[in-house]
Amino acid sequence: MTTTETRPRRTAPSPASSSVFLALSKAGFRGFVRDKATLFFTFLFPLMFLVIFGLIFGGAGASKTKIGVVGEGAVIPALERSDAVELTRFDTAQEAEAQVKAGDLPAYVQQDGDTVTLRFAASDQTQAGLVNGLVSGVVNQANIAATGQAPAFTLDTSQVEDESLKPIQYMAPGIISWAVSIGAVFGAALTFVSWRKKQVLRRLRLAPVQPVAVLGSRVLVSLGVAVVQFCLFVGVALLPMFGLRLSGQWWLALPLLLLGTLSFFSIGMLVGAFCKTEEAASGVANLITLPMAFLSGAFLPLDNIPPWLQTVSWAFPMRHLNEGMLDVMVRGQGVDALLVPAMVLIAFTAVVGFIAAKVFRWED
Amino acid sequence: MTTSTALAVTDIHMSYGDLRAVDGVSFEVAEGEFFGILGPNGAGKTTTLEIAEGLREPDSGTVRLLGEAPWPRNLALLPKIGVQLQASAFFEKLTAREQLETFGALYGVTSARVDEMLELVGLSDKASTPEAKLSGGQRQRLSIACALVHDPDIVFLDEPTAALDPQARRNLWDVLREVQARGKTIVYTTHYLDEAEVLCDRVAIMDRGRILAMDAPARLVRDLEAATRVILERGALAPDLARALPGADQVAQDEVSLTISTRTPAPLLAALAEHGTLDGLQVRTATLEDVFLELTGREYRA
Repeated sequence: MTTTETRPRRTAPSPASSSVFLALSKAGFRGFVRDKATLFFTFLFPLMFLVIFGLIFGGAGASKTKIGVVGEGAVIPALERSDAVELTRFDTAQEAEAQVKAGDLPAYVQQDGDTVTLRFAASDQTQAGLVNGLVSGVVNQANIAATGQAPAFTLDTSQVEDESLKPIQYMAPGIISWAVSIGAVFGAALTFVSWRKKQVLRRLRLAPVQPVAVLGSRVLVSLGVAVVQFCLFVGVALLPMFGLRLSGQWWLALPLLLLGTLSFFSIGMLVGAFCKTEEAASGVANLITLPMAFLSGAFLPLDNIPPWLQTVSWAFPMRHLNEGMLDVMVRGQGVDALLVPAMVLIAFTAVVGFIAAKVFRWED
Repeated sequence: MTTSTALAVTDIHMSYGDLRAVDGVSFEVAEGEFFGILGPNGAGKTTTLEIAEGLREPDSGTVRLLGEAPWPRNLALLPKIGVQLQASAFFEKLTAREQLETFGALYGVTSARVDEMLELVGLSDKASTPEAKLSGGQRQRLSIACALVHDPDIVFLDEPTAALDPQARRNLWDVLREVQARGKTIVYTTHYLDEAEVLCDRVAIMDRGRILAMDAPARLVRDLEAATRVILERGALAPDLARALPGADQVAQDEVSLTISTRTPAPLLAALAEHGTLDGLQVRTATLEDVFLELTGREYRA
């Protein structure tokens, strides 16, 4: 009897890309939540900025101008009623003048019978003009009142909600997009550099997996992180002490934010392709995210920057992301406002992602 | 019985600029064989392995791995090969078990297999320890487990015992023997000659991109026809008396011992027994290291 001995040949089936994708995503999320430094820089660090800026600029908007007052008379209570300045009382003109000289007060007003004296610091012309106008206005009103005649002209004033937003309204979307850029740029760059250095990429190349499953799993981690960041930062900004007020379709910001995350991820891929060490990658990522955030108006409005810099700012995906998010989150606009930003972000991701794929290296 | 060939490397060349990293290397590894590639750092061992695995395309020459060409990236072949790389290629912040599960998932392997692998490499009690907290030896064993998780036919191990302490090294030897016992073909590189002598069925000694010798370690040593050294405690026998013994070629004495070199150890040992000087006697035969030194004519640069 002859037996043919055959080795049990396993038909080695490549696992479905979806299960590889899920396993790598799971590993990615686990790695992310267990890394305290990453958690700090993606959540706590931007949150600190939100809290600090929120408290500095928070409350009733810009603080009132303080001026010193000396003596008695009709002008001083009138100034107090004007609600535009905060008064600090002094007993003598010398004391008040010392404070102005020291730079602690922009000006002081002294009323001595019918004479009203205004002395202001020469250093701050804007403040000086403001105080000057205010005090002469109050003095003029007092003069008219003293004549007992009805004023010839009356001024009717009331508030109009304007385009320029309260600081928190402006900052919350900006800081969210900055935080998301940190998460996605650093996440992508550091992962690729460290995977290359530790030969994880080589190991993956020797496993029957499609590169798209590997890349997709990292993208999913970044998108997931962005969603958590959005919820966290919006939640904190909504607290009464910060006072964010969202407009109608604010949730439309989330899909745009995800597109923004993709564009930041593509930047991170590019950084990760060029840098050899984690230190270099994180330096370059910083060099990109922070200037981009400032130039995209993530922290402060760009109204006062030179026109050429305005033009430059539109080169950054974050600028488009910011504008779109502001439109739907606080300016009360609808989905139409997202059309242009969304197309720009998609185009940016496609172009930079394509370049990153071209320069991608499996090995050093 | 005919054994089929698991890996056939034919006349491969690979240069990096002026450096000829691999300069005409050919060898075959049979199925189930434990094959070692030895040599100092920079000998071209890793490059040879990378070409065999299909990570690099050689400048010239061919590779057949399990009957197929590994280059360009051959998705059908990859599930049949296992690799352990020089760097510890692990995912960030995962435990030993999670690393194995993740690597297993790349091959569609179930988690029952993960427990078996942890058992095999003796890490069952470290299953929930983060990879970063494992010792060097444990990490290497985990790395080997990750290479084996999908039950490959052939395993490539690149210096698995480098930088391990003696205990961890012996420990790993047991794992490697167990892997071979399971019928795997093993191709591994090392610069520990003693280790290759113990573990390998056959070794290729490489230096400067070439294979200098290739055979079973014992045969290489035997072919060397090197002298056997018989070592006695100093004072056990006068040097002059030793020189007169049958078969004694050379006699040297230092502060601790008297060394007699011989090519015919049997009559010499018999004569020593007659003199009653067998206490503390050691016999040292040539090792693979002697073969290597003989071949390269240089100080061994481990």
